[in-house]
Amino acid sequence: MTVMEQRGAYRPTPPPAWQPRTDPAPLLPDTEPYRVLGTKAADRADTELLRTLYARLVRGRRYNAQATALTKQGRLAVYPSSTGQEACEIAAALALQERDWLFPSYRDTLAVVSRGVDPVEALTLLRGDWHTGYDPYEHRVAPLSTPLATQLPHAVGLAHAARLKGDDVVALAMVGDGGTSEGDFHEALNFAAVWRAPVVFLVQNNGFAISVPLDKQTAAPSLAHKAVGYGMPGRLVDGNDAAAVHEVLSDAVRHARAGGGPTLVEAVTYRVEAHTNADDATRYRGDAEVETWRRHDPVELLERELTERGLLDEDGIRAAREDAETMAADLRARMNQDPELNPLDLFDHVYAEPTPQLREQRAQLSAELAAEAESETGSASGPQEGGHR
Amino acid sequence: MTTVAVKPATMAQALTRALRDAMAADPAVHVLGEDVGTLGGVFRITDGLAAEFGADRCTDTPLAEAGILGTAVGMAMYGLRPVVEMQFDAFAYPAFEQVVSHVTKMRNRTRGKLPLPLTIRIPYGGGIGGVEHHSDSSEAYYMATPGLHVVTPATVADAYGLLRASIASDDPVVFLEPKRLYWSKDTWNPEEPTSVEPMGRAVVRRSGRSATLITYGPSLAVCMEAAEAARAEGWDLEVVDLRSLVPFDDETVCASVRRTGRAVVVHESGSFGGPGGEIAARVTERCFHHLEAPVLRVAGFDIPYPPPMLERHHLPGVDRILDAVGRLQWEAES
Ligand SMILES: Cc1ncc(C[n+]2csc(CCOP(=O)(O)OP(=O)(O)O)c2C)c(N)n1
Repeated sequence: MTVMEQRGAYRPTPPPAWQPRTDPAPLLPDTEPYRVLGTKAADRADTELLRTLYARLVRGRRYNAQATALTKQGRLAVYPSSTGQEACEIAAALALQERDWLFPSYRDTLAVVSRGVDPVEALTLLRGDWHTGYDPYEHRVAPLSTPLATQLPHAVGLAHAARLKGDDVVALAMVGDGGTSEGDFHEALNFAAVWRAPVVFLVQNNGFAISVPLDKQTAAPSLAHKAVGYGMPGRLVDGNDAAAVHEVLSDAVRHARAGGGPTLVEAVTYRVEAHTNADDATRYRGDAEVETWRRHDPVELLERELTERGLLDEDGIRAAREDAETMAADLRARMNQDPELNPLDLFDHVYAEPTPQLREQRAQLSAELAAEAESETGSASGPQEGGHR
Repeated sequence: MTTVAVKPATMAQALTRALRDAMAADPAVHVLGEDVGTLGGVFRITDGLAAEFGADRCTDTPLAEAGILGTAVGMAMYGLRPVVEMQFDAFAYPAFEQVVSHVTKMRNRTRGKLPLPLTIRIPYGGGIGGVEHHSDSSEAYYMATPGLHVVTPATVADAYGLLRASIASDDPVVFLEPKRLYWSKDTWNPEEPTSVEPMGRAVVRRSGRSATLITYGPSLAVCMEAAEAARAEGWDLEVVDLRSLVPFDDETVCASVRRTGRAVVVHESGSFGGPGGEIAARVTERCFHHLEAPVLRVAGFDIPYPPPMLERHHLPGVDRILDAVGRLQWEAES
């Protein structure tokens, strides 16, 4: 039965020449999230891939813990942790080829780091020294986007441009469940479908948009269902199952690369920690719910699978944790250094050529800094020498 | 202007020609927007581009302004130079978030690594009898957003030159097209278009000694007319056409005001929080000792753009400009 045949479905009376463009049935997501771990599908999973995913997940978990600790020390202004969502972040990024692009939102630091971006540079937005610390072209990662869903049309435009140039580049655009209510989500999906742009949209449905649960966000049967209305396939996947996320994303990326157009993937996961360190999650949810999800932890799911299949033992687990500890120690040490900042840089990146007005303002700040330096040290060392905090 | 006058052409023709020449000169230039393809745009500015360059270079998009500009951002990230058409001034507002949050900030937030060379063409202003939402002057919003260039031609030659300069710019430009001038004819040599000057220069359209009218876009013609009318009464008005609101040419404007000692800013958009306040403040800060009178503003009223049958009461006309000039307490010089 297709959507058009469902009882009560909207049925326009078509003008004579009108034909539905697609049978919506193949576009509809499954009713249950797709799973690999603990199912028969795991038998055909690539064991090397599972091992890699495991090592990265353990690192990702440790990264989240370290970054959260850095907020307590005042080193980060804020950190939206992705603890519990590491499988989505890492498996999705690993589904991309080097030439592909990632369009992350503010919670997606782990996906950004998985693309090879220096962990410290990935955190500048949250530390507050510069909005985007990395060069987007170096690893093909767009800046972390703070206004919800606004980066999704960028992904479509880039993928479209790449296709026009004959490059088989795919863009992966990440958004939260709350972000799917934004107008830019709609516009991006519609453009992508009409242009058959090689884009994969990944919704990380972690249950909440700050305090608002999904049932107050949408009346759709699932977020993946939204795909059908645009004429693209929707896929529902267990977002805590790294192998399943990787498989579904890889399929969607392959489909896009082959000219099949966009896919909307909803990964069902859970935000175990508060929205950010500034949020009080006890105001909107109970411990029981959190506990249920903790028992469906992405790291443990994968660990269990690997252990049961004899692919991982105590030594392997310890090795993964030690590796993560090394990463965390390095991150801590580097984050504890004050960034070198030159306030005059503020004027250098507004336009290719500063306007006369900006030149004047730059001169003003320069004089202020010189006066400040003089009163602090008694010397007249300019702001270009030595970093300012 | 030093352009050799060959035959009269309309501003619309000059804009079309600028787009065509830019697309022919650089395969990275892509035009996208609502109805820009087969129809050639509701004002026909993109007429013929799809036929000449194909639907991949001149693309009819879905009807969604944030989507048009948002996808243009991604296209620019991948090395294209998108030129986006917004159908009317007030319909660009859905894309405003993309303007403010991404288009204007991408260079800055990436420390210069990700510049966005894209042009946003917006037909703006009234005087064509449009129904509501078809006559807004939205320049103040764009002027208040750092990271954008904001330019607006008042002559046919400038329509060509400024649009070419905008498309060539490595930074985003809001290109405001005074829609009531689309069909105004001017002498322009389309065979030998004006040289493409850098943006950011104002120009003295008429020199005079007793006061300066500072204006741009749709109000230039009105100011020129006012200056002519004033002459009959012995007033000798200088008229400065800003052409570029961002960057702002303090030099040309202040040089003029220092010569004349008096200034009136003229524009269609409302005066409260409008461009005139900024301009008057700049002039006062820089030319205070040269001023014989306060800098005055002749602007649209601070009302939502009125219905077409009343718009003539709102738009600054010759009489209102002459009244303001009178209020400068200008004393006839012999
Ligand atoms: C356009 C916009 N509106 C509001 C906000 C403030 N805000 C930040 S995060 C957030 C909730 C987002 O929830 P969701 O999309 O589910 O992502 P999650 O935080 O769960 O990863 C809100 C409302 C914002 N960043 N952008």
